[in-house]
Amino acid sequence: MTTKATRAETCVLACAEAWRGAGEVLASPMGTIPAIGARLAKLTFSPDLLLTDGEALLIGDVPAIGAKAEVVEGWLPYRQHLALVATGRRHVMMGASQLDRHGNQNISCIGDWTRPVRQLLGVRGAPVNTLNNPTSYWVPRHSRRVFVEHVDMVCGVGYDRAAAAGPSATRYHRIAHVVTDLGAFDFETPDRTMRLRSLHPGVTVEQVAEATGFPLTIPDEVPYTREPTDAELRLIREVIDPKGTREREVPPA
Amino acid sequence: MRDKTMTPEEAVGRLRSGMTIGIGGWGARRKPMALVRALLRSDITDLTVVSYGGPDVGLLAAAGKVRKLVSAFATLDSIPLEPHFTAARQRGAFELVELDEAMFMWGLTAAVHRLPFMPIRAGLASDVMRVNPQLRTVRSPYDDGEELAAVPALRLDAALVHLNRADVHGNGQYLGPDPYFDDLFCEAADAAYVSCERIVDTADLLKEAGPQTLLVKRAFMDGVVETPNGAHFTSCAPDYDRDEAFQRAYAQAARDPEAWRAFADRFLSGDEDAYQAAVAAFHKEEA
Repeated sequence: MTTKATRAETCVLACAEAWRGAGEVLASPMGTIPAIGARLAKLTFSPDLLLTDGEALLIGDVPAIGAKAEVVEGWLPYRQHLALVATGRRHVMMGASQLDRHGNQNISCIGDWTRPVRQLLGVRGAPVNTLNNPTSYWVPRHSRRVFVEHVDMVCGVGYDRAAAAGPSATRYHRIAHVVTDLGAFDFETPDRTMRLRSLHPGVTVEQVAEATGFPLTIPDEVPYTREPTDAELRLIREVIDPKGTREREVPPA
Repeated sequence: MRDKTMTPEEAVGRLRSGMTIGIGGWGARRKPMALVRALLRSDITDLTVVSYGGPDVGLLAAAGKVRKLVSAFATLDSIPLEPHFTAARQRGAFELVELDEAMFMWGLTAAVHRLPFMPIRAGLASDVMRVNPQLRTVRSPYDDGEELAAVPALRLDAALVHLNRADVHGNGQYLGPDPYFDDLFCEAADAAYVSCERIVDTADLLKEAGPQTLLVKRAFMDGVVETPNGAHFTSCAPDYDRDEAFQRAYAQAARDPEAWRAFADRFLSGDEDAYQAAVAAFHKEEA
């Protein structure tokens, strides 16, 4: 009776998978679909995850997007959050204005840093995140503007830069997943460059390659991203995101 | 014990052009906006501003008062990009020392501890090191031999923070969920000024919440300013939330020079009382 998953719902599932097997760590999702994904992971295959209210509280329940938590299980003000990053007990899924094939990410500015064409957020916590806890990325619109040969400012550190900087940089460095509206990606190649891990249903390899501004590693056989089960779809639609905010972040393909 | 109460003008009167000023709060949350507005009305300029940036940074940049900004971001939270900050950066209006959020925290912490730097595993391999060529690394003297970023102390000439309550001596209390880094700002500064929603008797400080909410100590405080709604339009939980309607009007006006002149005339040309009256009138119109 459940209708087929929308593209947004497949993205939610792909994001949720980033936290599979993560254990008792803080899931820090940035963006609507990663937030739904983290909650789905907690309600299904990763019950030990810690979640925040987006501010200073660790919440003990799993409220719908936009609803207030009713159970508080801990206190996590910004300074403790930054310290938690250094402990490694966190898996963050950040956004990326630019991302290269080694996993270097930019959210600071476009153009020359000394006088940018477009000033964006600033580096925020990307440098500390990438060197201390597993980091994944979420890109709601996969395009050549985001997936570039070279990012204008390295905020989040990729594999090549970490390796060049030495053991202190590589010790806890791990870029785990990249999820976009077209597919899921990882860096599980000998040279640690971005690889197409799965295609969202209805997407072709050519489409992904065309929307990517650098050569992707594409295996001979590329599976489709696992679609949500009926139970997972019900959780997404009725429990976590009854207002359908996910469809605004990734409109139906 | 000293009574340190003063007006916003008196607090800002202690500042000088060319100073390094730390501003507490985070993004569009619990910013000492009444003190920032007093600073906008003064002839002080050429500032180095150290801030987890919100509209404090935007307003000071728009007024041409910032020579150098030390920050990891500037945002209005519910509106991701601070419009004056982005415009100022795009026209090269000030020098930027762009640090990671954690580097910033450890820079303040080094200053509090009167240390020259703190070693930290952030910044390495990122372009933060490239765009800040003055940053150095340090090698662990122990067997691990790790090479880490040495974040220099962010020592401040003055700090401005906003809290929910304070007594006249400068003991300050936050009642919201997050202290942000306000105590670090105050302790990293040669002089600190706290504005607050309400001044209360010292004996009443624990009436609303427990002792762990007493965030800043009078030994680090030089002035106490009572400014009800003084963090407006940023949030000051639990006393009030961010004024989203006003923030939208601010961001809208900031995108166009003419609209901004009209906005500044309406809201920023008078003193703090005039500002609060103009805000009340704004909401009457919106209703």
